[in-house]
Amino acid sequence: MTATEPRAEQRPPVAPSWTSRTRDRVRRTVPEGQWLPDRQPAYVRSWIYVFGVATLAAFVVVLATGFILAIEGVQWWHESSLGHFVNSLHLWSVELFFACMVVHLWGKFFMAAWRGKRALTWMTGVVCFLGSIGTAFTGYLSQTNFDSQWISGQAKDGLNAVGIGAYFNVLDPGQMLLWHIVLLPSVVGVLVVLHLLLVRRHGVVPPFDAVPPEPADAPPSTGEVTR
Amino acid sequence: MTRAAGKRPRDDTPDAHDFPTRPYDLVKEFVIALAVITALTLVLAVAFGSPDRKAITLKAWAGAAPNDVVATATAELAGTSGSAAYGPPYDSLSDGQKIGPLPLEKWGGVRIPIDSANDLVIRPLMSGPADPKLTAALATWRGASPAQRTAWAGAYADALAAAPDSDPARVKAGDYGPTPVLAARFLALARSGGLESILVGRSAFYPTDQTRPMLLLSDGAYLEDQARAEHLGGDQWGMMNESGNYPGQPWMWLYTFWYQVKPFSTSGNADALVWGLMMVLTLALLLVPVIPGLRSLPRHLGVHKLIWRDVPRSEVVRRR
Repeated sequence: MTATEPRAEQRPPVAPSWTSRTRDRVRRTVPEGQWLPDRQPAYVRSWIYVFGVATLAAFVVVLATGFILAIEGVQWWHESSLGHFVNSLHLWSVELFFACMVVHLWGKFFMAAWRGKRALTWMTGVVCFLGSIGTAFTGYLSQTNFDSQWISGQAKDGLNAVGIGAYFNVLDPGQMLLWHIVLLPSVVGVLVVLHLLLVRRHGVVPPFDAVPPEPADAPPSTGEVTR
Repeated sequence: MTRAAGKRPRDDTPDAHDFPTRPYDLVKEFVIALAVITALTLVLAVAFGSPDRKAITLKAWAGAAPNDVVATATAELAGTSGSAAYGPPYDSLSDGQKIGPLPLEKWGGVRIPIDSANDLVIRPLMSGPADPKLTAALATWRGASPAQRTAWAGAYADALAAAPDSDPARVKAGDYGPTPVLAARFLALARSGGLESILVGRSAFYPTDQTRPMLLLSDGAYLEDQARAEHLGGDQWGMMNESGNYPGQPWMWLYTFWYQVKPFSTSGNADALVWGLMMVLTLALLLVPVIPGLRSLPRHLGVHKLIWRDVPRSEVVRRR
């Protein structure tokens, strides 16, 4: 700001801009204090809630180990013991990622976590799950070893049978590698962000038939409430 | 908004932000989760490693199962291999599989055109080392009618199947035209190690597309024999597994499951049927929140009582 520029409260009102509209939209979607709250509803006390965060943590490990493999290239892990170890880390982080995600998904199903206008949160989670299956599958096809030979030879028939194989050629490891490390992770990454935004926007689904206690009955709550 | 007394709306779940709260450190939870997952990953990687069985080269195939290479080349020439008359996306000699009346495979189109006899056998032989006997055999083959070629190769395929161990050296004499010479030279080309680069064609210097070598290898019996020995066969829960005692892709269990049961396990249309079924089931999973009955199921299953059993009654009032 220059010395001659008027203070904000002295400026004349201006027409809404794309920037201000975007900022307002973001603010309406996830109000300040809600995107990273330091308090949660009192009913959030079960080990099942840990698996959502654990899935996210496993996703970070999957990305980190995949990043190292990508830096060194497709042959590295066949030829170097360090590369093979990093591949082992990548494999087991993927197994843990899916284990956590499946428990998270079942937990959310048993809670009917789509209640209270949370249908889109459920749907983005399901699409993340499907996208992750596709990402892992293309990883197996990109390994350039016996397993990728056999899996691709088997998978082509299913994909060809519904017309997908004409565009998504599992017998081309070059194409599969790009799907594995660029296209699908990008889609899954964007969906994960969207999923988290929706979780933060709507908060954690309350138990069945639960209602907030009347103010007189409510226990004292210290600190700022999350909204 | 007022509502008629006693009439509950379809979804009257209250706002989560209206409930009493308690301190909850999300960042700390994430950091601990990251540390635990990283430690578990390290322990599992050190303890079990990961499988990396080398890819089967066409040279290795020719060395380990030469009779299978000869039989496969003959089947390609006779038009009886798995990739011959496959249908889309490789050729238009058949419509491929359908889901009911929907020919999705045909609609996908022939985008990876492959003529298995010419692209997988004859052209590689024409590109490989030449000798007078091979040149004469190729000229005879190319000068013959399609029906004559099929008759020669078909008769030789039958003779190979009838010979002990499918050994070409023990095949009974017959009218096979140039097929035995072509098949024998094809085996020699595979043994030389030069077949892969010829099959990948114009991209041989930077090969990524392995469609042709893979179709050829898949048409033989050797690859499947090796896979079955690793418990990877289609009726052994196939491609969700991987070599050795590793978990593979257990999240694909439902897709693989259908191939193990009738009518899918005995249907020639199994791939399309399984994919169709999985599309329906996937759509159902996606749309659980709006499917009457299914969306109410968790309330009746009662697992939620276990999940929320520790919630103090003073902080959450149950609606009657």
